[in-house]
Amino acid sequence: MFAIYKRELRSYFITPIGYIFAGAFLAVSGILFSYTVLQVDSSGDYTYSGMYTYFVLLLAVFAVLLPILTMKLLSEEKKQKTEQLLLTSPVSLTGVIIAKYLASLTIFAGTLAINSFNFVLLYIYGAPNTAIILSNILGLFLIGAAFVAVGLFLSSLTENQLIAAVSSIVAEGSMLLISLLVNKIELKFFRVFLKWFSVIDRYSPFTGGYFDIPAVIYFLSLSTVFVFLTVRVYEKRRWS
Amino acid sequence: MVEIINLCKNFGDKRAVSNVSFNIEEGEIMGFLGPNGAGKSTTLNIITGYLSASDGRAKINGIDILENPLEAKKRIGFLPEQPPLYPEMSVKEYLNFCYELKNCTLPKKQHLREICEVVKIVDVYGRMIRNLSRGYRQRVGIAQALIGNPEVLIFDEPTVGLDPKQIIEIRNLIRHLGKNHTIILSTHILPEVQAVCDRIVVINKGVIIANEKTENLINAVGGSKRLVAKVVGPEDMVLGILRSVTGVKYAEKLGRRDTDSVSYLIESEERVDVRKPIFYALAKASCPIIGLEGDEINLEDIFIKLVDSAKKDRQKRPGRSLGDRSERAK
Repeated sequence: MFAIYKRELRSYFITPIGYIFAGAFLAVSGILFSYTVLQVDSSGDYTYSGMYTYFVLLLAVFAVLLPILTMKLLSEEKKQKTEQLLLTSPVSLTGVIIAKYLASLTIFAGTLAINSFNFVLLYIYGAPNTAIILSNILGLFLIGAAFVAVGLFLSSLTENQLIAAVSSIVAEGSMLLISLLVNKIELKFFRVFLKWFSVIDRYSPFTGGYFDIPAVIYFLSLSTVFVFLTVRVYEKRRWS
Repeated sequence: MVEIINLCKNFGDKRAVSNVSFNIEEGEIMGFLGPNGAGKSTTLNIITGYLSASDGRAKINGIDILENPLEAKKRIGFLPEQPPLYPEMSVKEYLNFCYELKNCTLPKKQHLREICEVVKIVDVYGRMIRNLSRGYRQRVGIAQALIGNPEVLIFDEPTVGLDPKQIIEIRNLIRHLGKNHTIILSTHILPEVQAVCDRIVVINKGVIIANEKTENLINAVGGSKRLVAKVVGPEDMVLGILRSVTGVKYAEKLGRRDTDSVSYLIESEERVDVRKPIFYALAKASCPIIGLEGDEINLEDIFIKLVDSAKKDRQKRPGRSLGDRSERAK
């Protein structure tokens, strides 16, 4: 399992995908940071509203950029038939999928960690609320982890990277936009059902600086469910 | 070493493999023969644990692939139809990855060097896989299968797409590996199994239709002998004479090859040499034989014969007789 994790991690930097993701994420995030948080800073009111906008916009960036990271995870293995090597090696199927998931998550977490240096500026020029920053970063990480799992799952359904990427952007974008629509739905069953996928609703406590345990459990379960579903896709293919 | 018991695999409504059973002894090279789409790859994929059987069992050295997949997989080296290579890696990186993936405990450097020497890829060890030729890629695929020194090696159509020189090299390599491993070699190229394998299992439409030692199979089906004779003379008369010779089971015209002679296919009864009687009979009728050559029965014929007789058994309708070779002879 560790061998697959290592290979996957290396492949992000042998191919340009790792650099494209990290570069694009840091560039866009840097621009957003300077236009939201740093701008508001001058009026003396940066601590909440500016940061909130920044973090919500970052979620939209996730929906577009994270699929770049996950699109080839399993689709490429299927296309090149290298999955036969992985699935006939003495490694469990769950081990293979988790190794792939963790490799993507590592690149994402690493980029997010580098991105966090933006906040150092706030400490140099002011006294920001550390709880808000930390809880937001944690919230972002959890949503990102869930999106990586969604992308991994969709990548297992096709052998075309482009289809995997586009479907992931649509799925992750919908999970963000659903919060705008969900309260307007009359039918209670649908409202409750769709609300379950609305990540923004779950994310809001983090923006206020709260460490919301139910939300943490929600995001972890969401990730687990999609990793599990990915395993099931392979199991089903094996048996059908 | 490998025990396959009543293996079945359904894809939806379609039954791809039906009650396949065979055993392979330690150190044996088994040729797994069948036309395209016969169920060869499906069976191999089940044995290697890539697919699960709908019914039946596959055991490697007594270990069931379904009950204890990790232990069973440790004992198998598999080269799928398309070698599972990562083009963005170098051969060295790839083999190191496979070494770790298979949790190999043999001394790494020495083990990988030995494998590279056996499959002759030492000179491309540092090169990127994407830049390698088809033949070298195949060799890297075989190298991957050898990592961990597994007891059973499974090669799925290893010579497809290779040039004749590469085909001979890969065959020699498989023969060499057969000294220390149990091998399953799947192919639809008949001379390949004839050249390499001790035992042949023939599969068609998901059903095993033969499971014999190579020489037994050839003897069992190929008891009679065929000759091709070039004769000068009126065709009907020559055919009449040929058919009247004692020991000739069957004779037919193959076609005019030269300006004045015609070729005939003659099939003799089992273990009867009809060359002399034919010579005297035709000489007597003043129809000179200007060429006579033996047409040894080969695996191709055996294969077609087996497929035909299996079809007849299944459909229970009159099919072609064994002597009806006109279609093939053309």
